[in-house]
Amino acid sequence: MSQLTARALRKSYGKREVVSGIDLELEAGECFGLLGPNGAGKTTTLRLCLGLTEPDSGTISLLDLPVPRAARAARARVGVVPQMDNLDPDFTVRENLLVYGRYFGLRDVEINERIPRLIDFAGLAARTGDSIRALSGGMKRRLTLARALVNDPDILFLDEPTTGLDPQARHLIWERLRQLLSQGKTIFLTTHFMDEAERLCNRLAIMDRGRIIAGGTPRELIDTHIEPHVVEVYGDGAQGWADTHAGRLSERCEHAGETVFCYVRDADPLLAELERQPALRYLHRRANLEDVFLRLTGRDLRD
Amino acid sequence: MAANLFSPPQLSARFIHVWRRNALVWRKLAIPSLLGNLADPMLYMLGFGYGLGRLLPDTFGTSYIAFLAAGTVASSAMMSASFEAMYSGFSRMHVQRTWDAILNAPVTLDDVVIGEVVWAATKSFMASGAVLVVATALGLVKSWLALWVLPVIFLTGLAFASMGLVMTALSPSYDFFMYYFTLFITPMMLLCGVFFPNDQLPHALQQAAVVLPLAHAVQIVRPLMNDALPAALVVHLSALALYAIIPFHAALALTRRRLLQ
Repeated sequence: MSQLTARALRKSYGKREVVSGIDLELEAGECFGLLGPNGAGKTTTLRLCLGLTEPDSGTISLLDLPVPRAARAARARVGVVPQMDNLDPDFTVRENLLVYGRYFGLRDVEINERIPRLIDFAGLAARTGDSIRALSGGMKRRLTLARALVNDPDILFLDEPTTGLDPQARHLIWERLRQLLSQGKTIFLTTHFMDEAERLCNRLAIMDRGRIIAGGTPRELIDTHIEPHVVEVYGDGAQGWADTHAGRLSERCEHAGETVFCYVRDADPLLAELERQPALRYLHRRANLEDVFLRLTGRDLRD
Repeated sequence: MAANLFSPPQLSARFIHVWRRNALVWRKLAIPSLLGNLADPMLYMLGFGYGLGRLLPDTFGTSYIAFLAAGTVASSAMMSASFEAMYSGFSRMHVQRTWDAILNAPVTLDDVVIGEVVWAATKSFMASGAVLVVATALGLVKSWLALWVLPVIFLTGLAFASMGLVMTALSPSYDFFMYYFTLFITPMMLLCGVFFPNDQLPHALQQAAVVLPLAHAVQIVRPLMNDALPAALVVHLSALALYAIIPFHAALALTRRRLLQ
Protein backbone atom coordinates (compact mmCIF):
# COMPACT_ATOMS: atom_id res chain seq x y z
CA MET A 1 0.00 0.00 0.00
CA SER A 2 1.34 3.43 -0.90
CA GLN A 3 1.83 5.73 2.07
CA LEU A 4 2.80 8.76 0.07
CA THR A 5 2.36 9.54 -3.60
CA ALA A 6 3.41 12.76 -5.24
CA ARG A 7 2.99 13.46 -8.94
CA ALA A 8 4.55 16.22 -11.03
CA LEU A 9 5.15 18.54 -8.07
CA ARG A 10 6.26 22.06 -8.83
CA LYS A 11 6.95 24.98 -6.54
CA SER A 12 8.52 28.35 -7.28
CA TYR A 13 9.56 31.24 -5.06
CA GLY A 14 9.44 34.32 -7.22
CA LYS A 15 11.27 33.46 -10.40
CA ARG A 16 13.26 30.63 -8.84
CA GLU A 17 11.78 27.17 -9.29
CA VAL A 18 12.76 25.15 -6.23
CA VAL A 19 10.87 21.97 -7.06
CA SER A 20 10.65 21.28 -10.78
CA GLY A 21 8.28 18.44 -11.43
CA ILE A 22 9.11 15.55 -9.13
CA ASP A 23 7.36 12.21 -8.52
CA LEU A 24 7.60 10.26 -5.30
CA GLU A 25 6.15 6.98 -4.13
CA LEU A 26 6.63 5.47 -0.65
CA GLU A 27 5.49 1.96 0.18
CA ALA A 28 4.46 0.98 3.70
CA GLY A 29 7.35 -0.15 5.87
CA GLU A 30 10.15 1.13 3.69
CA CYS A 31 12.80 3.69 4.42
CA PHE A 32 13.08 6.13 1.58
CA GLY A 33 15.92 8.65 1.40
CA LEU A 34 15.94 11.88 -0.51
CA LEU A 35 19.54 12.91 -1.09
CA GLY A 36 20.76 16.18 -2.40
CA PRO A 37 23.20 19.02 -1.87
CA ASN A 38 22.16 22.12 0.08
CA GLY A 39 19.50 24.04 -1.77
CA ALA A 40 18.43 21.05 -3.88
CA GLY A 41 14.80 21.44 -2.78
CA LYS A 42 14.62 18.62 -0.21
CA THR A 43 13.09 20.62 2.63
CA THR A 44 10.58 22.28 0.31
CA THR A 45 9.59 18.82 -0.93
CA LEU A 46 8.95 17.71 2.64
CA ARG A 47 6.91 20.83 3.37
CA LEU A 48 4.83 20.20 0.27
CA CYS A 49 4.18 16.59 1.29
CA LEU A 50 3.09 17.72 4.76
CA GLY A 51 0.74 20.35 3.34
CA LEU A 52 2.63 23.23 4.98
CA THR A 53 2.96 24.98 1.67
CA GLU A 54 0.92 24.68 -1.46
CA PRO A 55 2.39 23.35 -4.73
CA ASP A 56 2.05 25.47 -7.85
CA SER A 57 0.98 22.29 -9.61
CA GLY A 58 0.93 18.53 -9.08
CA THR A 59 -0.89 16.22 -6.71
CA ILE A 60 -0.02 14.72 -3.35
CA SER A 61 -1.69 11.93 -1.46
CA LEU A 62 -0.47 11.23 2.07
CA LEU A 63 -1.91 8.16 3.83
CA ASP A 64 -4.63 8.16 1.17
CA LEU A 65 -5.66 11.71 1.97
CA PRO A 66 -5.35 14.55 -0.53
CA VAL A 67 -2.78 17.18 0.47
CA PRO A 68 -2.95 20.11 1.12
CA ARG A 69 -6.79 19.87 1.25
CA ALA A 70 -6.88 17.22 3.99
CA ALA A 71 -3.35 17.85 5.27
CA ARG A 72 -4.50 18.40 8.80
CA ALA A 73 -6.17 15.01 9.03
CA ALA A 74 -3.14 13.38 7.40
CA ARG A 75 -0.73 15.01 9.84
CA ALA A 76 -2.63 13.43 12.72
CA ARG A 77 -1.01 10.14 11.61
CA VAL A 78 2.42 11.56 10.76
CA GLY A 79 5.50 12.28 12.88
CA VAL A 80 7.96 14.99 11.91
CA VAL A 81 11.57 15.53 12.98
CA PRO A 82 12.54 18.95 11.64
CA GLN A 83 15.99 19.98 10.55
CA MET A 84 16.32 22.61 13.27
CA ASP A 85 15.56 21.62 16.83
CA ASN A 86 12.39 23.29 17.97
CA LEU A 87 11.80 21.67 21.31
CA ASP A 88 10.13 23.98 23.76
CA PRO A 89 12.92 25.51 25.88
CA ASP A 90 10.47 26.60 28.56
CA PHE A 91 9.55 23.01 29.35
CA THR A 92 11.11 19.91 30.83
CA VAL A 93 11.64 16.72 28.86
CA ARG A 94 8.35 15.31 30.09
CA GLU A 95 6.37 18.50 29.53
CA ASN A 96 7.62 18.70 25.96
CA LEU A 97 6.03 15.34 25.24
CA LEU A 98 2.85 16.18 27.12
CA VAL A 99 2.28 19.51 25.41
CA TYR A 100 3.10 18.09 21.99
CA GLY A 101 0.66 15.24 22.49
CA ARG A 102 -2.07 17.77 23.24
CA TYR A 103 -1.59 19.32 19.78
CA PHE A 104 -2.80 15.97 18.43
CA GLY A 105 -5.94 16.21 20.48
CA LEU A 106 -4.81 13.39 22.78
CA ARG A 107 -6.10 13.42 26.33
CA ASP A 108 -3.58 13.93 29.14
CA VAL A 109 -4.21 10.41 30.51
CA GLU A 110 -3.38 8.87 27.14
CA ILE A 111 -0.23 10.93 26.76
CA ASN A 112 0.93 10.27 30.31
CA GLU A 113 0.52 6.57 29.59
CA ARG A 114 2.82 6.86 26.56
CA ILE A 115 5.44 9.15 28.07
CA PRO A 116 7.51 6.54 29.98
CA ARG A 117 7.94 4.42 26.82
CA LEU A 118 8.86 7.48 24.76
CA ILE A 119 11.38 8.64 27.33
CA ASP A 120 12.91 5.14 27.45
CA PHE A 121 13.11 5.13 23.68
CA ALA A 122 14.96 8.44 23.80
CA GLY A 123 17.27 7.09 26.52
CA LEU A 124 16.37 10.01 28.76
CA ALA A 125 14.88 8.19 31.75
CA ALA A 126 17.28 9.97 34.10
CA ARG A 127 16.45 13.38 32.62
CA THR A 128 12.64 13.37 32.73
CA GLY A 129 12.35 16.49 34.84
CA ASP A 130 15.30 18.36 33.33
CA SER A 131 14.97 21.50 31.32
CA ILE A 132 15.70 21.25 27.60
CA ARG A 133 18.47 23.78 28.03
CA ALA A 134 20.44 21.22 30.05
CA LEU A 135 20.45 18.59 27.27
CA SER A 136 23.22 17.87 24.77
CA GLY A 137 22.64 18.06 21.03
CA GLY A 138 22.27 14.29 20.77
CA MET A 139 19.77 14.15 23.63
CA LYS A 140 17.70 16.90 22.04
CA ARG A 141 17.60 15.02 18.74
CA ARG A 142 16.50 11.82 20.49
CA LEU A 143 13.81 13.73 22.33
CA THR A 144 12.67 15.34 19.08
CA LEU A 145 12.41 11.85 17.61
CA ALA A 146 10.45 10.63 20.62
CA ARG A 147 8.20 13.68 20.35
CA ALA A 148 7.46 12.77 16.73
CA LEU A 149 6.20 9.40 17.99
CA VAL A 150 3.78 10.77 20.57
CA ASN A 151 0.80 10.17 18.24
CA ASP A 152 2.03 6.69 17.24
CA PRO A 153 2.35 7.75 13.58
CA ASP A 154 2.25 5.48 10.53
CA ILE A 155 4.88 7.47 8.71
CA LEU A 156 7.81 9.57 9.89
CA PHE A 157 9.34 12.52 8.07
CA LEU A 158 12.92 13.26 9.09
CA ASP A 159 14.72 16.28 7.70
CA GLU A 160 18.46 15.70 8.05
CA PRO A 161 18.04 13.85 11.34
CA THR A 162 21.72 13.59 12.26
CA THR A 163 23.17 16.86 10.98
CA GLY A 164 25.44 18.36 13.64
CA LEU A 165 25.69 15.23 15.80
CA ASP A 166 28.84 13.42 16.88
CA PRO A 167 29.41 9.81 15.68
CA GLN A 168 28.12 8.23 18.89
CA ALA A 169 24.91 10.23 18.74
CA ARG A 170 24.44 9.48 15.04
CA HIS A 171 24.81 5.74 15.56
CA LEU A 172 22.27 5.83 18.35
CA ILE A 173 19.77 7.67 16.15
CA TRP A 174 20.32 5.14 13.35
CA GLU A 175 19.80 2.29 15.75
CA ARG A 176 16.51 3.84 16.90
CA LEU A 177 15.35 4.40 13.33
CA ARG A 178 16.03 0.74 12.49
CA GLN A 179 14.03 -0.22 15.53
CA LEU A 180 11.11 1.84 14.19
CA LEU A 181 11.41 0.24 10.76
CA SER A 182 11.28 -3.19 12.35
CA GLN A 183 8.04 -2.12 14.03
CA GLY A 184 6.62 -1.46 10.58
CA LYS A 185 6.82 2.32 10.46
CA THR A 186 7.45 4.01 7.13
CA ILE A 187 10.29 6.52 7.04
CA PHE A 188 10.94 9.37 4.65
CA LEU A 189 14.24 11.05 5.32
CA THR A 190 16.35 13.69 3.69
CA THR A 191 20.07 13.73 4.18
CA HIS A 192 23.32 14.71 2.60
CA PHE A 193 25.22 12.00 4.47
CA MET A 194 25.78 9.12 2.11
CA ASP A 195 26.72 6.67 4.85
CA GLU A 196 23.43 7.46 6.56
CA ALA A 197 21.49 6.82 3.36
CA GLU A 198 23.43 3.65 2.60
CA ARG A 199 22.87 2.27 6.08
CA LEU A 200 19.20 3.03 6.49
CA CYS A 201 17.42 3.34 3.19
CA ASN A 202 15.97 0.59 1.01
CA ARG A 203 15.41 3.10 -1.71
CA LEU A 204 16.92 6.44 -2.58
CA ALA A 205 16.36 9.34 -4.89
CA ILE A 206 19.03 11.90 -5.65
CA MET A 207 17.68 15.39 -6.02
CA ASP A 208 19.46 18.37 -7.50
CA ARG A 209 18.21 21.78 -8.60
CA GLY A 210 14.62 20.79 -7.97
CA ARG A 211 14.69 17.57 -9.98
CA ILE A 212 15.13 13.93 -9.14
CA ILE A 213 18.09 12.90 -11.24
CA ALA A 214 18.47 9.26 -10.18
CA GLY A 215 16.73 6.65 -8.08
CA GLY A 216 16.93 3.06 -6.90
CA THR A 217 18.40 0.95 -4.12
CA PRO A 218 21.85 2.04 -2.92
CA ARG A 219 23.38 -0.96 -4.74
CA GLU A 220 21.55 -0.20 -7.99
CA LEU A 221 22.65 3.41 -7.91
CA ILE A 222 26.28 2.40 -7.51
CA ASP A 223 26.06 -0.30 -10.18
CA THR A 224 24.27 1.93 -12.67
CA HIS A 225 26.06 5.20 -12.33
CA ILE A 226 29.63 4.46 -11.46
CA GLU A 227 32.55 2.13 -12.09
CA PRO A 228 33.02 -0.39 -9.27
CA HIS A 229 36.51 0.71 -8.18
CA VAL A 230 37.94 4.03 -7.15
CA VAL A 231 41.61 4.81 -6.81
CA GLU A 232 42.41 8.12 -5.15
CA VAL A 233 45.90 9.37 -5.94
CA TYR A 234 47.66 12.09 -3.94
CA GLY A 235 51.10 13.62 -3.71
CA ASP A 236 53.43 15.88 -5.67
CA GLY A 237 53.15 15.17 -9.33
CA ALA A 238 49.76 13.43 -9.09
CA GLN A 239 48.41 15.91 -11.59
CA GLY A 240 51.21 15.37 -14.10
CA TRP A 241 51.06 11.64 -13.66
CA ALA A 242 47.32 11.68 -14.28
CA ASP A 243 47.75 13.64 -17.49
CA THR A 244 50.00 10.98 -18.96
CA HIS A 245 48.72 7.72 -17.45
CA ALA A 246 45.32 8.02 -15.85
CA GLY A 247 43.42 8.55 -19.08
CA ARG A 248 44.85 5.32 -20.47
CA LEU A 249 44.38 3.18 -17.35
CA SER A 250 41.02 4.33 -16.01
CA GLU A 251 37.55 4.75 -17.48
CA ARG A 252 37.15 8.20 -16.00
CA CYS A 253 39.20 10.45 -13.82
CA GLU A 254 38.45 13.64 -11.91
CA HIS A 255 40.68 16.21 -10.28
CA ALA A 256 39.72 17.82 -7.01
CA GLY A 257 42.40 20.01 -5.46
CA GLU A 258 45.48 17.87 -4.88
CA THR A 259 43.66 14.59 -5.40
CA VAL A 260 42.98 12.63 -8.56
CA PHE A 261 40.00 10.27 -8.47
CA CYS A 262 40.30 7.41 -10.95
CA TYR A 263 37.19 5.34 -11.62
CA VAL A 264 37.93 1.90 -13.04
CA ARG A 265 36.31 -1.45 -13.82
CA ASP A 266 39.55 -3.35 -13.39
CA ALA A 267 41.94 -1.73 -10.96
CA ASP A 268 44.96 -4.06 -11.48
CA PRO A 269 46.75 -2.33 -14.38
CA LEU A 270 46.36 1.04 -12.69
CA LEU A 271 47.64 -0.28 -9.36
CA ALA A 272 50.60 -1.95 -11.06
CA GLU A 273 51.47 1.37 -12.68
CA LEU A 274 51.14 3.20 -9.34
CA GLU A 275 53.56 0.73 -7.71
CA ARG A 276 56.18 2.15 -10.06
CA GLN A 277 55.57 5.70 -8.78
CA PRO A 278 57.15 5.97 -5.30
CA ALA A 279 56.34 9.72 -5.03
CA LEU A 280 52.61 9.08 -5.20
CA ARG A 281 50.35 7.81 -2.44
CA TYR A 282 47.10 6.16 -3.29
CA LEU A 283 43.97 4.62 -1.82
CA HIS A 284 42.08 1.86 -3.56
CA ARG A 285 38.48 1.27 -2.50
CA ARG A 286 35.09 0.12 -3.76
CA ALA A 287 32.88 2.79 -5.23
CA ASN A 288 30.24 4.04 -2.81
CA LEU A 289 27.19 6.21 -2.83
CA GLU A 290 29.22 9.36 -2.30
CA ASP A 291 30.96 8.74 -5.61
CA VAL A 292 27.59 8.43 -7.31
CA PHE A 293 26.39 11.57 -5.61
CA LEU A 294 29.44 13.59 -6.63
CA ARG A 295 29.29 12.21 -10.14
CA LEU A 296 25.67 13.24 -10.54
CA THR A 297 25.67 16.56 -8.68
CA GLY A 298 29.24 17.71 -9.39
CA ARG A 299 32.00 18.78 -7.06
CA ASP A 300 31.16 22.47 -6.90
CA LEU A 301 30.24 23.97 -3.55
CA ARG A 302 26.54 24.67 -2.96
CA ASP A 303 26.15 27.31 -0.31
CA MET B 1 -4.96 24.70 4.11
CA ALA B 2 -2.13 26.92 2.96
CA ALA B 3 -4.75 28.31 0.58
CA ASN B 4 -5.21 31.94 -0.11
CA LEU B 5 -3.51 34.54 2.09
CA PHE B 6 -6.78 36.38 2.47
CA SER B 7 -9.19 33.48 2.88
CA PRO B 8 -11.32 33.86 6.01
CA PRO B 9 -9.94 32.38 9.24
CA GLN B 10 -10.72 28.71 9.84
CA LEU B 11 -12.07 28.90 13.34
CA SER B 12 -11.69 25.78 15.43
CA ALA B 13 -11.46 24.83 19.08
CA ARG B 14 -7.89 23.63 18.50
CA PHE B 15 -6.61 27.11 19.31
CA ILE B 16 -7.05 26.03 22.92
CA HIS B 17 -3.97 23.75 22.65
CA VAL B 18 -1.86 26.79 21.79
CA TRP B 19 -3.44 28.81 24.57
CA ARG B 20 -2.78 25.99 27.05
CA ARG B 21 0.85 25.74 25.99
CA ASN B 22 1.37 29.42 26.74
CA ALA B 23 -0.59 29.19 29.96
CA LEU B 24 1.61 26.31 31.15
CA VAL B 25 4.76 28.38 30.57
CA TRP B 26 3.19 31.34 32.32
CA ARG B 27 2.13 29.24 35.32
CA LYS B 28 5.74 28.41 36.07
CA LEU B 29 6.50 32.08 36.52
CA ALA B 30 3.06 33.34 37.45
CA ILE B 31 3.93 35.27 40.60
CA PRO B 32 6.99 37.16 39.31
CA SER B 33 5.18 37.75 36.05
CA LEU B 34 2.13 39.25 37.72
CA LEU B 35 4.25 41.35 40.06
CA GLY B 36 6.27 42.55 37.08
CA ASN B 37 3.12 43.46 35.22
CA LEU B 38 1.83 45.27 38.25
CA ALA B 39 4.97 47.08 39.41
CA ASP B 40 5.42 49.50 36.56
CA PRO B 41 1.87 50.84 36.26
CA MET B 42 1.53 50.91 40.07
CA LEU B 43 4.64 53.06 40.45
CA TYR B 44 3.27 55.63 38.04
CA MET B 45 -0.20 55.47 39.51
CA LEU B 46 0.87 55.84 43.12
CA GLY B 47 3.73 58.23 42.41
CA PHE B 48 1.78 60.64 40.25
CA GLY B 49 -1.51 59.96 41.96
CA TYR B 50 -0.36 60.87 45.45
CA GLY B 51 2.57 63.13 44.54
CA LEU B 52 0.99 65.19 41.82
CA GLY B 53 -2.56 64.61 42.97
CA ARG B 54 -2.16 66.72 46.13
CA LEU B 55 -1.18 69.71 44.01
CA LEU B 56 -4.25 69.42 41.81
CA PRO B 57 -7.71 70.78 42.49
CA ASP B 58 -10.53 68.26 42.28
CA THR B 59 -11.46 69.17 38.72
CA PHE B 60 -11.99 65.66 37.45
CA GLY B 61 -15.19 64.97 39.31
CA THR B 62 -13.10 62.64 41.42
CA SER B 63 -9.66 62.60 43.06
CA TYR B 64 -6.71 62.66 40.68
CA ILE B 65 -5.52 59.25 41.83
CA ALA B 66 -8.92 57.71 41.05
CA PHE B 67 -8.79 59.41 37.65
CA LEU B 68 -5.34 57.99 37.09
CA ALA B 69 -6.32 54.51 38.34
CA ALA B 70 -8.89 54.21 35.55
CA GLY B 71 -6.35 55.31 32.97
CA THR B 72 -3.85 52.80 34.36
CA VAL B 73 -6.32 49.91 34.15
CA ALA B 74 -6.87 50.66 30.46
CA SER B 75 -3.24 51.35 29.61
CA SER B 76 -1.90 48.24 31.34
CA ALA B 77 -4.25 46.12 29.21
CA MET B 78 -2.68 47.78 26.19
CA MET B 79 0.90 47.31 27.41
CA SER B 80 0.54 43.75 28.51
CA ALA B 81 -1.15 42.54 25.31
CA SER B 82 1.35 44.43 23.15
CA PHE B 83 4.39 42.98 24.91
CA GLU B 84 3.00 39.47 24.82
CA ALA B 85 2.02 39.57 21.16
CA MET B 86 5.26 41.16 20.03
CA TYR B 87 8.23 40.14 22.19
CA SER B 88 6.91 36.79 23.41
CA GLY B 89 5.08 36.08 20.17
CA PHE B 90 8.20 36.77 18.13
CA SER B 91 10.21 34.43 20.35
CA ARG B 92 7.74 31.65 19.75
CA MET B 93 7.31 32.31 16.05
CA HIS B 94 10.85 33.13 14.98
CA VAL B 95 13.45 32.47 17.65
CA GLN B 96 12.33 29.23 19.28
CA ARG B 97 10.38 28.02 16.22
CA THR B 98 7.61 26.87 18.52
CA TRP B 99 5.01 27.63 15.86
CA ASP B 100 6.83 25.47 13.32
CA ALA B 101 6.74 22.57 15.75
CA ILE B 102 3.03 23.09 16.33
CA LEU B 103 2.31 23.29 12.59
CA ASN B 104 3.77 19.81 12.09
CA ALA B 105 0.97 18.52 14.30
CA PRO B 106 -2.66 18.60 13.15
CA VAL B 107 -3.01 22.25 14.11
CA THR B 108 -3.20 24.99 11.50
CA LEU B 109 -1.60 28.42 11.45
CA ASP B 110 -5.05 29.93 11.90
CA ASP B 111 -5.38 27.99 15.16
CA VAL B 112 -1.95 29.24 16.26
CA VAL B 113 -2.71 32.89 15.50
CA ILE B 114 -6.10 32.74 17.24
CA GLY B 115 -4.48 30.97 20.20
CA GLU B 116 -1.84 33.68 20.45
CA VAL B 117 -4.36 36.52 20.27
CA VAL B 118 -6.62 34.98 22.89
CA TRP B 119 -3.64 34.19 25.10
CA ALA B 120 -2.25 37.74 24.91
CA ALA B 121 -5.73 39.06 25.73
CA THR B 122 -5.88 36.65 28.67
CA LYS B 123 -2.57 37.95 29.95
CA SER B 124 -3.68 41.55 29.62
CA PHE B 125 -6.90 40.60 31.39
CA MET B 126 -4.86 39.28 34.33
CA ALA B 127 -2.43 42.21 34.40
CA SER B 128 -5.07 44.87 34.06
CA GLY B 129 -7.41 42.99 36.38
CA ALA B 130 -4.68 43.01 39.02
CA VAL B 131 -4.47 46.81 38.76
CA LEU B 132 -8.24 46.96 39.18
CA VAL B 133 -8.02 44.81 42.31
CA VAL B 134 -5.36 47.05 43.82
CA ALA B 135 -7.34 50.16 42.91
CA THR B 136 -10.37 48.62 44.63
CA ALA B 137 -8.32 47.82 47.72
CA LEU B 138 -7.18 51.46 47.81
CA GLY B 139 -10.83 52.57 47.75
CA LEU B 140 -10.56 54.10 44.29
CA VAL B 141 -13.48 52.17 42.81
CA LYS B 142 -16.93 53.54 43.52
CA SER B 143 -19.36 50.73 42.68
CA TRP B 144 -20.03 47.22 41.42
CA LEU B 145 -20.43 48.70 37.96
CA ALA B 146 -16.65 48.35 37.81
CA LEU B 147 -17.09 44.60 37.26
CA TRP B 148 -18.10 45.50 33.68
CA VAL B 149 -14.55 46.72 33.24
CA LEU B 150 -13.41 43.08 33.04
CA PRO B 151 -14.92 42.21 29.63
CA VAL B 152 -13.81 45.61 28.36
CA ILE B 153 -10.17 45.02 29.22
CA PHE B 154 -10.35 41.58 27.60
CA LEU B 155 -11.64 43.21 24.42
CA THR B 156 -8.93 45.85 24.70
CA GLY B 157 -6.43 43.02 25.03
CA LEU B 158 -7.78 41.33 21.88
CA ALA B 159 -7.40 44.59 19.95
CA PHE B 160 -3.82 45.27 21.04
CA ALA B 161 -2.84 41.63 20.66
CA SER B 162 -4.06 41.66 17.05
CA MET B 163 -2.26 44.89 16.28
CA GLY B 164 0.88 43.58 17.96
CA LEU B 165 0.77 40.37 15.91
CA VAL B 166 0.69 42.44 12.73
CA MET B 167 4.02 43.91 13.81
CA THR B 168 5.33 40.48 14.82
CA ALA B 169 4.50 39.07 11.40
CA LEU B 170 6.38 41.92 9.74
CA SER B 171 9.32 42.05 12.10
CA PRO B 172 12.85 40.98 11.14
CA SER B 173 14.06 41.25 14.77
CA TYR B 174 13.16 42.43 18.25
CA ASP B 175 14.54 45.92 17.53
CA PHE B 176 11.71 46.54 15.09
CA PHE B 177 9.19 46.71 17.95
CA MET B 178 10.82 49.87 19.28
CA TYR B 179 9.27 51.81 16.39
CA TYR B 180 5.83 50.60 17.28
CA PHE B 181 6.27 51.55 20.92
CA THR B 182 7.80 54.93 20.19
CA LEU B 183 5.47 55.92 17.38
CA PHE B 184 2.22 54.37 18.53
CA ILE B 185 2.07 53.13 22.11
CA THR B 186 3.86 55.98 23.91
CA PRO B 187 1.92 58.74 22.08
CA MET B 188 -1.28 56.94 22.99
CA MET B 189 -0.31 56.95 26.65
CA LEU B 190 -0.11 60.74 26.46
CA LEU B 191 -2.98 61.53 24.08
CA CYS B 192 -5.74 59.20 25.17
CA GLY B 193 -6.61 60.54 28.59
CA VAL B 194 -4.59 58.21 30.78
CA PHE B 195 -2.76 60.92 32.77
CA PHE B 196 -4.90 63.97 32.04
CA PRO B 197 -8.18 64.65 30.29
CA ASN B 198 -7.93 64.70 26.56
CA ASP B 199 -9.62 68.16 26.36
CA GLN B 200 -6.42 69.77 27.65
CA LEU B 201 -4.85 69.09 24.26
CA PRO B 202 -4.86 71.47 21.28
CA HIS B 203 -8.04 71.01 19.30
CA ALA B 204 -6.47 69.24 16.31
CA LEU B 205 -4.70 66.70 18.56
CA GLN B 206 -7.90 66.11 20.47
CA GLN B 207 -9.71 65.29 17.26
CA ALA B 208 -6.97 62.93 16.19
CA ALA B 209 -6.72 61.26 19.58
CA VAL B 210 -10.36 60.34 20.04
CA VAL B 211 -10.20 57.70 17.33
CA LEU B 212 -7.20 55.88 18.86
CA PRO B 213 -7.95 52.48 20.38
CA LEU B 214 -6.70 53.34 23.86
CA ALA B 215 -8.98 56.41 23.93
CA HIS B 216 -12.01 54.19 23.40
CA ALA B 217 -10.93 51.87 26.20
CA VAL B 218 -10.38 54.79 28.59
CA GLN B 219 -13.77 56.28 27.70
CA ILE B 220 -15.48 53.08 28.82
CA VAL B 221 -13.34 52.10 31.80
CA ARG B 222 -13.23 55.46 33.60
CA PRO B 223 -16.98 56.04 34.02
CA LEU B 224 -17.52 52.39 35.01
CA MET B 225 -14.97 52.74 37.83
CA ASN B 226 -16.59 56.00 38.88
CA ASP B 227 -20.14 54.66 39.17
CA ALA B 228 -21.38 56.08 35.88
CA LEU B 229 -22.58 54.63 32.59
CA PRO B 230 -20.22 55.45 29.73
CA ALA B 231 -21.51 57.86 27.12
CA ALA B 232 -21.60 56.53 23.57
CA LEU B 233 -20.87 53.04 24.89
CA VAL B 234 -21.85 51.31 21.65
CA VAL B 235 -19.56 53.54 19.60
CA HIS B 236 -16.57 52.83 21.84
CA LEU B 237 -17.21 49.08 21.98
CA SER B 238 -17.67 48.87 18.22
CA ALA B 239 -14.48 50.83 17.67
CA LEU B 240 -12.53 48.46 19.94
CA ALA B 241 -14.09 45.48 18.17
CA LEU B 242 -12.99 46.87 14.79
CA TYR B 243 -9.49 47.42 16.16
CA ALA B 244 -9.52 43.73 17.06
CA ILE B 245 -11.11 42.32 13.91
CA ILE B 246 -9.33 44.23 11.14
CA PRO B 247 -5.76 43.82 12.46
CA PHE B 248 -6.53 40.18 13.28
CA HIS B 249 -7.24 39.49 9.62
CA ALA B 250 -4.17 41.44 8.60
CA ALA B 251 -2.02 39.51 11.08
CA LEU B 252 -3.41 36.25 9.74
CA ALA B 253 -2.64 37.15 6.11
CA LEU B 254 0.86 38.34 7.03
CA THR B 255 1.76 35.28 9.09
CA ARG B 256 0.42 33.03 6.34
CA ARG B 257 2.68 34.84 3.90
CA ARG B 258 5.62 34.57 6.26
CA LEU B 259 5.28 30.93 7.31
CA LEU B 260 3.29 29.03 4.70
CA GLN B 261 4.89 30.11 1.45
